Amino acid sequence: MSEDAVPKTPLHALHVELGARMALFAGYDMPIQYPSGVLAEHLHTRKAAGLFDVSHMGQALIEGPDHARNAAFLETLCPADLVNLTPGRQRYTQLLNETGGIVDDLMVARPLDADGLLRLVVNASRKSLDFALIGERLPRDVRLTPIAEEALIALQGPLAAATLARLAPGEGTQTMAFMSAKPVRIAEFATFVSRSGYTGEDGYEISLPATQAEMFARLLLTQPGVAPIGLGARDSLRLEAGLCLYGHELDESVDPVEVALAWSIQKRRRAEGGFPGAERIRKALAIGPDRLRVGLRPDGRAPAREGVEIVSADGAPIGVVTSGGFGPSVGGPIAMGFVDRAHASIGTPVGLVVRGKALMARVVGLPFHPHTYYRG
Amino acid sequence: MSQIRYTKDHEYIRVEGGEGVVGISEHAQSQLGDIVFAEMPSVGTTIKAGDAAAVVESVKAASEVFAPASGEVLAVNSEIEATPGLINEDALGRGWLFRMKLVDPNELSGLMDESAYADYLKTLG
Repeated sequence: MSEDAVPKTPLHALHVELGARMALFAGYDMPIQYPSGVLAEHLHTRKAAGLFDVSHMGQALIEGPDHARNAAFLETLCPADLVNLTPGRQRYTQLLNETGGIVDDLMVARPLDADGLLRLVVNASRKSLDFALIGERLPRDVRLTPIAEEALIALQGPLAAATLARLAPGEGTQTMAFMSAKPVRIAEFATFVSRSGYTGEDGYEISLPATQAEMFARLLLTQPGVAPIGLGARDSLRLEAGLCLYGHELDESVDPVEVALAWSIQKRRRAEGGFPGAERIRKALAIGPDRLRVGLRPDGRAPAREGVEIVSADGAPIGVVTSGGFGPSVGGPIAMGFVDRAHASIGTPVGLVVRGKALMARVVGLPFHPHTYYRG
Repeated sequence: MSQIRYTKDHEYIRVEGGEGVVGISEHAQSQLGDIVFAEMPSVGTTIKAGDAAAVVESVKAASEVFAPASGEVLAVNSEIEATPGLINEDALGRGWLFRMKLVDPNELSGLMDESAYADYLKTLG
């Protein structure tokens, strides 16, 4: 592929200007880190505010005659209760295949005052697949419109709320509860904002036209305490927050219950089913899954990376690490992985086989670093 | 008089008498980013040139350090365990990894000196 053919986000030139180290991610030339480095960027986000370009992610609209119709359609693909999603709220869910495996995880927002409209945000690496899957199931009166011409910028960290409030006085962004979403005018920019993110910190994800994204990002970067953060720190932040990453914790063989996302399947859907793989998923809900995603803390300093085998105290294979590395805020190595159910309780001693040696570790609760979401 | 030699994998060995101090180059530390862990060879073990002798890990990834020469490991840098960031701050100085006794100083002739290594880095773009 020629260099021109590699997709770029609307902030590409800004990343290069800021001295980012760029690399291909999900087919996009993305900033992995800026000159301050992953460690400093991670810690900055936890104590001030980080600006993340996540414009590579897939955004789309679902438009139909009314909410009931849109939600009923999406519920044939996703296990969340979307019918009862209230206006101005967003829900986390998964697109499932016929066996209940996860095709992708996504956010579904129901804007205020737009009865027949839902906004989706899906993973960059999965968007064409997702949109094809949704597209081929669409009933005649519901439309799917990918919105490639919008950028997506996340502002995360303890200074995020005060920063937006300063730029959008009177818009009420500071009192938006976690997982609420609405159109907001920020300075001269018309945006769509959700109070959510992928760092465990309070913060926002902000959609706006791609043509205005660079001006908007530059405005945010002039605000005190706001620094650009690359995908390297985005990954260490989400790992500390115990959040799943597609291709690591999630893939088409994994169901939502074993990956500890049962909380995202509301009561009505558990009772009624009606989503792909409902039989497997309801069985796992009823009797417990065979394996479970857990947090892992190595006793020593050596990180255990993705793919590392997990063994029991007596050396028997019991699972595999799905994400692992160093947690800058934790100050030591952390990992997530699947273990069989008998070894999934908090405190269970396990071994992580790193370079041929079983390093001692313990099963721990998630997240590794407490979430600081604003719940109103 | 000490002389420094580099490998194509970006290790260095600073040789003085029959001993060498091994670490990773300034270029390597900058490419890896913030180093958070290093695993050292055991003192007293004998390693062969090209063996994976140590591991340095950044937030993102683990990277093997190959022995630039053959010989016995005489000492490891104990400061690195508590402060792996020393490798970033001072790769060629306080960020050294281990000291070894060289069995065959002729092995070093296949390595690059400072200016050859600088030229080699230019070829990497």
